[in-house]
Amino acid sequence: MNRFAALIDALLFTPSRNGKLRLMQEYFATVSDPERGWALAALTGELVFETAKPNQVRSLAAARVDPELLGWSYDFVGDLAETVSLIWPATAGGEGPVPSLVEIVEQLKRASRSEVGQLLEPWLDALDATGRWALLKLVTGSLRIGVSARLAKTALAEWGAVDVDRIEEIWHGLAPPYRPLFDWLEGRRPAPQTGDQPTFCPLMLAQPIEDSDLDGLDPRDYVAEWKWDGIRVQLVARGTEKWLYSRSGDDIGAAFPDVLEVMPAEVTLDGELLVLRPHGEVASFNDLQQRLNRKNPNPKLLRDYPAAVRLYDILREGREDLRGLSFTDRRRRLEAWCAREPRRGLDLSPLVPFTAWEELRELRDGARERGIEGLMLKREDSPYVSGRPKGPWFKWKRGALTLDTVLMYAQRGHGKRSSFYSDYTFGAWRDGELVPVGKAYSGFTDEELQRLDRWVRNNTVQRWGPVREVTPQIVLEIAFDSVHRSTRHKSGVAMRFPRIHRIRWDKPFREADTLDALEKLVT
Amino acid sequence: MLIAAPRPETWIRTSSAGLYCEPGDFHIDPIHAVPRAVITHGHGDHARSGNERVLATPGTIAIMRARYGEAAGGSLQPLAYGETVAAGDVAVRLVPAGHVLGSAQIVLEYRGSRVVVSGDYKRRPDPTCAVFEPCYCDVFITEATFGLPVFRHPPDTQEIDKLLHSLVLFPDRCHLVGVYALGKCQRVLALLRRAGYEQPVYLHGALIGLTELYETLGVPLGPVLPLSGVARDALRGRIVLAPPAATADRWSRRLPDPLVAMASGWMRVRQRAKVRGVELPLVISDHADWDELTATIDEVAAEEVWVTHGREEALVYFASKKGYRARALALAGFEEEE
Repeated sequence: MNRFAALIDALLFTPSRNGKLRLMQEYFATVSDPERGWALAALTGELVFETAKPNQVRSLAAARVDPELLGWSYDFVGDLAETVSLIWPATAGGEGPVPSLVEIVEQLKRASRSEVGQLLEPWLDALDATGRWALLKLVTGSLRIGVSARLAKTALAEWGAVDVDRIEEIWHGLAPPYRPLFDWLEGRRPAPQTGDQPTFCPLMLAQPIEDSDLDGLDPRDYVAEWKWDGIRVQLVARGTEKWLYSRSGDDIGAAFPDVLEVMPAEVTLDGELLVLRPHGEVASFNDLQQRLNRKNPNPKLLRDYPAAVRLYDILREGREDLRGLSFTDRRRRLEAWCAREPRRGLDLSPLVPFTAWEELRELRDGARERGIEGLMLKREDSPYVSGRPKGPWFKWKRGALTLDTVLMYAQRGHGKRSSFYSDYTFGAWRDGELVPVGKAYSGFTDEELQRLDRWVRNNTVQRWGPVREVTPQIVLEIAFDSVHRSTRHKSGVAMRFPRIHRIRWDKPFREADTLDALEKLVT
Repeated sequence: MLIAAPRPETWIRTSSAGLYCEPGDFHIDPIHAVPRAVITHGHGDHARSGNERVLATPGTIAIMRARYGEAAGGSLQPLAYGETVAAGDVAVRLVPAGHVLGSAQIVLEYRGSRVVVSGDYKRRPDPTCAVFEPCYCDVFITEATFGLPVFRHPPDTQEIDKLLHSLVLFPDRCHLVGVYALGKCQRVLALLRRAGYEQPVYLHGALIGLTELYETLGVPLGPVLPLSGVARDALRGRIVLAPPAATADRWSRRLPDPLVAMASGWMRVRQRAKVRGVELPLVISDHADWDELTATIDEVAAEEVWVTHGREEALVYFASKKGYRARALALAGFEEEE
């Protein structure tokens, strides 16, 4: 376990892709089977322990540590697994042998929910702080170390001197701890056969583009389609089996039985997962969130939030791989396929005809319909290339709305920016008073964060736990996608996707915007 | 008949300049210049310039002279560890604090009442300074930089091994280690030597003076070289030490593919290290961790514990629960950095 812990600890801190590859390759080269196979499963997100839950970790810690001290510590560290790993007190006689990753995985896989706690406790006693952290990350199912499944496979491919797409193609026919895969990469056996297994094709993604970048592009080369505000998915059907993959290649089919049910046979499709209202109107992202949060939806949830997929592309039909065709040819195949196989819950994302960028800009800005984030621009001649190639596809988001607000409260962040004051509540003026109108925790650089953090610490009026009220002085220019009426907020309005656009160190706070100005933007 | 010892708060209190001992008429680590100052150790937020009269250990005085020259103080009076001087009716004694070279706890006695000001301290051995000596007292004024139970520093040898392993794994990268100029820099050098690393270590200009001073005061640190003038490619696979701020500065662009490490107790919290762009966090601290802080409170057996600079609330809570009279002492001017 110590080797695995050291690996993911180092991966977390290593920003460069090459550095991460080197660390993983060193690990694969020096750790034996089946340990490295389970590590690979953890890195690619294939290792899930259904019976282990963050709550169990919390209660284990609460049984050992004073709750006040645990509370302050969690507040300071900002991450439960890390807090528990650091605060876990040594006990006499608790220094058993350090468990191996294999032992941990095998025992956890067999354990019932009530047994998990009993397993974890002696392991936590035997491991050091880094080992405990790795164990708890593993158990609660979120490594978050900046390594995608793709990067782990790339490390493996480079180490075994094969093409990463070869690994990708056979991947879904393999299972941890991947002995045949390692045998092949180390030259002991031929490549594993996958037979008729369906394979996930890594998605083709778009580059963002700004209005000013468009001048260099010829509108005649591109088609436009709406960018829907759901989640990108890939539908794969082979024989009698069906899969619904998220963008990262996770199989999320179990959460969407209504989509699986309407899926046809022998095809791979690319689309946007949405909750749709009866006349095809897209429900809010909040509604989709209801579905995403549930791994096993009940009938009521399925009825209230019916999921559907709006189709963008077709990658395979029967046994034919269409990815090498141009977008225009694939689109023709997709339209023909849709005409042949009309189904409730699967519809075609329409193209948006245009001749000039200016015309398209007006269409984009005029489309206030819910569920539209902007436009996609795709080169007519573009084949379907996995990854985010530069040039063929662009996402052109609708311009954000902005408002000048005043920083009122700051809270220490959790997760990525913990122990820094990184969550900012800001207000607008009403009758000479500031009213909080929203909260933002993104849109600034690390340098700006450090400066804001310092400023907050030096300009605190009052403290409540992790929250500080600050002197009204800093003007935050907030960008947001839209604003809606809300009964849950004191101001009566709620912004969608608020983020800090600029920190206006220069602007007098009395000149910030009023609540009236925000209300005029309500849709 | 016995005369009750005076209540401590009647003779030692906070003022705008910091901690003030009234019957002795001196300040401890004042944040601005005062007529009489007793200094715990040479870090800039404790030892400031311009005091008229300064009392400190010979090591601390040497450090203050190196840093401030003439401005170190009007008169500088050295007091060796364990010796006592009188200031008015107050007896003053300096006892090793184990923080950096010359660092001292200040032991004050006035009419049968004893107060110990810990200054910054740590308990584990450090090859560059004398080890902390616990003293029984009525009031223990303790630091609390790492006053949360998540701070448990690992053995320093383990952290140095991480650095040496990284040199093997990334032999083409210059390993740039952020260290404070006083104490941490020299401790990291000494630990590297103990781990058997015999290569020269390259120093940022700001670290050279104090490192030479340590050598002069009898702390051997092995071969060190100034960084300036060294060809870029000669630094591949080498260790460079620099002040923490320089690691994120344009200054570091002169180094070939630098891998940024940082030696600090704050590195225990992953996201702190990450936000600072540290690739190799080394949890090496010159401050007591939670276990050292709490064990020391028990050991000195004071009735009262006053907690200052750091995360006071948790340590006050802990000490109160264990039956000590504990309170937070608000002192301005101390930095969170160690």
